[in-house]
Amino acid sequence: MFRYIVRRLLQGVLTFFGATLIVFALMFAGGGDPIQALAGEKPVTPQQRAALTEQFHLNAGFFQRYLYFLKDLFTGNLTTYTGRSVFDSIGDALVLTGKIALIALLFAMIVGVSFGIIAALRRGGVFDNTTLVLTLVVIGIPSIVLAPLAQYLFAIKWKIFPVIYTPDQPWTSLILPGLVLGSLSLATAMRLTRASFGDNLRADYVRTATSKGLKQGRVIGVHVLRNSLIPIVTFLGVELGNLMGGAIITESVFNVPGVGFKLYKAIGLDDGPTVVSIVSLLVVIYIVANLIVDVLYAVLDPRIRYE
Amino acid sequence: MTGPQTDFPAARASTPRLLEVDDLYVEFHTRDGIAKVINGVSYHLDPGETLAVLGESGSGKSVTAQTIMGILDIPPGKVTGGRILYQDRDLLKMSKEERRQIRGQEIAMIFQDALSALNPVFTVGNQISETLRKRKGLSKSDATRRAVELMDLVKIPGARARIKDYPHQFSGGMRQRVMIAMALALDPKVLIADEPTTALDVTVQAQIMDLLADLRRDLNMGMILITHDLGVVADVADRIAVMYAGRIVEHADVHALYKKPAHPYTEGLLDSIPRLDSKGAELATIKGLPPNLMKPPTGCAFNPRCKYAKDICVTDVPPLLQLGDGRTSACHFAKELLDGRL
Repeated sequence: MFRYIVRRLLQGVLTFFGATLIVFALMFAGGGDPIQALAGEKPVTPQQRAALTEQFHLNAGFFQRYLYFLKDLFTGNLTTYTGRSVFDSIGDALVLTGKIALIALLFAMIVGVSFGIIAALRRGGVFDNTTLVLTLVVIGIPSIVLAPLAQYLFAIKWKIFPVIYTPDQPWTSLILPGLVLGSLSLATAMRLTRASFGDNLRADYVRTATSKGLKQGRVIGVHVLRNSLIPIVTFLGVELGNLMGGAIITESVFNVPGVGFKLYKAIGLDDGPTVVSIVSLLVVIYIVANLIVDVLYAVLDPRIRYE
Repeated sequence: MTGPQTDFPAARASTPRLLEVDDLYVEFHTRDGIAKVINGVSYHLDPGETLAVLGESGSGKSVTAQTIMGILDIPPGKVTGGRILYQDRDLLKMSKEERRQIRGQEIAMIFQDALSALNPVFTVGNQISETLRKRKGLSKSDATRRAVELMDLVKIPGARARIKDYPHQFSGGMRQRVMIAMALALDPKVLIADEPTTALDVTVQAQIMDLLADLRRDLNMGMILITHDLGVVADVADRIAVMYAGRIVEHADVHALYKKPAHPYTEGLLDSIPRLDSKGAELATIKGLPPNLMKPPTGCAFNPRCKYAKDICVTDVPPLLQLGDGRTSACHFAKELLDGRL
C-alpha cells in the first residue's frame, strides 16, 4: 500500500509538469500582446515596452519562459501584471470555491445517498418514480438556467437566502450557490446509490444474512450499505475535484469571486501567470482527490489490494 | 393436484415431526403471467435424518427451501396454500419477528455458491461470529473464540490464523466450510443445504458431503439436502423426494429408489448417471426440456418427455399413489413400472 501511494505521488508529479507545460504552451500560442493588455487603453512608449519586455522575459524562448515560470511558481514570487502575488489572489478564490464545493458535496452526499437508498428499497413506488423524474429534470437543465431560476425563486421571491454573495455573510450567502452547484452531483449520486443499493439488495450474501436471522435493519444498514458505498465514494471523491474546479456560471450569477470566476477573468485579460497557476492548482487537487479515492477503495473493499 | 396429501397419514398424529411441509403451493407473479412453481408439495423431516430433495433446475426444490426459511422474495413470490410445520407450529402463520427468531437458531441454510453467499467486505470471523454477538449477546472475544471452535469443527486448518481473512482468500471448498460453520453457529436443529457441492470440484465435493454427513450425525440435526445430482446423495441420504414441475413425483427410501424407481422421471435420472461399466456407450439423457410453468402441460407434467406416456397421462393429473413403506409415486403406471410390466 505504501509503495503504491509513493508510486502514485511520483506519477502525480509527472502529471503536474505535463499539465502545466500544456497550459503554458496554450497561453503562449494564444498570442496577443500582454503589454498592451496590461496598459489597457493607454498608449505604451517604446521605452516602457522595452523595459517591460526585459522585466517579464518576453524575448526569451518558450522553454526558457516556462522555466522562469516554474522558478517563480516554486519560490512563491509569481505575480500578476499588477504586481499582486498570484497566490494571494488565488488563495481567496480557493477558500470561497472550497466553501461552495463543501456545501454542494454535503448536499449531494446526505440527500442524494439517503434518497437513493429509499428509492432502492421502494423500487417502482411513488417516491422512486417521482425522484426519477426530478433527477432527470435536474440533470437536463443547464446551470445557466438553473442558477438564475433558483436565485429568482429562493432569494428574490421567497427571500430564503441572500441574492448574491456578500463578504459580511461568508456562509449564508454561499448556501444557495452551493445547493445549485450540488444539485447536479446530487442527482447523479442519487441515481448511482439507487442502482448500487438495488443491485446489492438482490445479492446472494443478503439472502445469507437474512437466513442467519439478523434484523432487517442490520442486513440493510451493515451488509448492503457497506457494499453499496464503494462506487458512491468513488463518485463523490472525483466529484470533489470537479466542484473545486469552480463553476463559472454559478459563481458569476451569484457574484462569487471564486476559482471559476477568477479563471474566466484571467483568460479574458491574457493573464498567463494566473491562468497557469490556477490550472496547476486544480491539477494538484485532482491528483490528490483521485489518490484518496483509490486508497479509500482498498479500505472499503478488501478484495482490492495494491502492490 | 388438489387436496392435502400426506406421506404417512397414520404416523402423523402420533409423533410430532421436526419439520413438515404440508401441501404447499407457491406462485410467482411476473410481468408475463403467473408461474405455478410449487404445486402441492409435502415432505417431512425427522430429527437426525437426511432427506434428499432431487430435481432439475426450475423443479421448485430451492423455492420450497426458501419458503421454509422465509427468504423467498415476496413479490414476485406468493404462498397460495399449505402449511409448514416446525415442531407442530405453522411457520406461515407466524409474525415476521417470530420467523426471524426461527431462522439460524432453529433452521439454518447453506447455499450453493459460497463466494457470492458470503459478504465480500467482512472477514470470515466477523461473519461466523455475527449471530453469536447479535443474537446470543456474546462479547466480541467470546464470539471470536467460539468462531474459531466452529472453524475447527468444520476442519478448516489454522482456524485461529485464518479468522481475519476475507472470503476471497479461501479456496472454494474452504469457503463452503466457512458457510457451514456460520450456519452451525446457533446450533440449529434443521440444516437445509441447497446444492452445497455444485460449485466445487469432484474431490472437494466428496469431502464436503462427508463433512455434512458427519456433522449431521454428531450434532443430531435433521438435514434437507437439495441437489440435482443423484450421485452425491446415495451415501448420505436416508430418503429421497424427487421433484418435477413443482410436485413431488416420487418419494422413497434411498435404497428402494436406487433399486427400482417408481416414476419414469426417476428412472430417467438414474439412467443418466455415468457408469464405469458402460464406458464408451452413449450417455442416456431425458429428452425434451422442463415444462413452462406459466403453461404447464395438461395431465401429468412429465407426459411430453415420458417414453411410456399414454392417453390418460395427457388428460388426467396422476394422484399420489401409496406403494407401501412410505413410498409414493405420482405416476398412473407406478405399480406397472415397479413390477417391470411397462
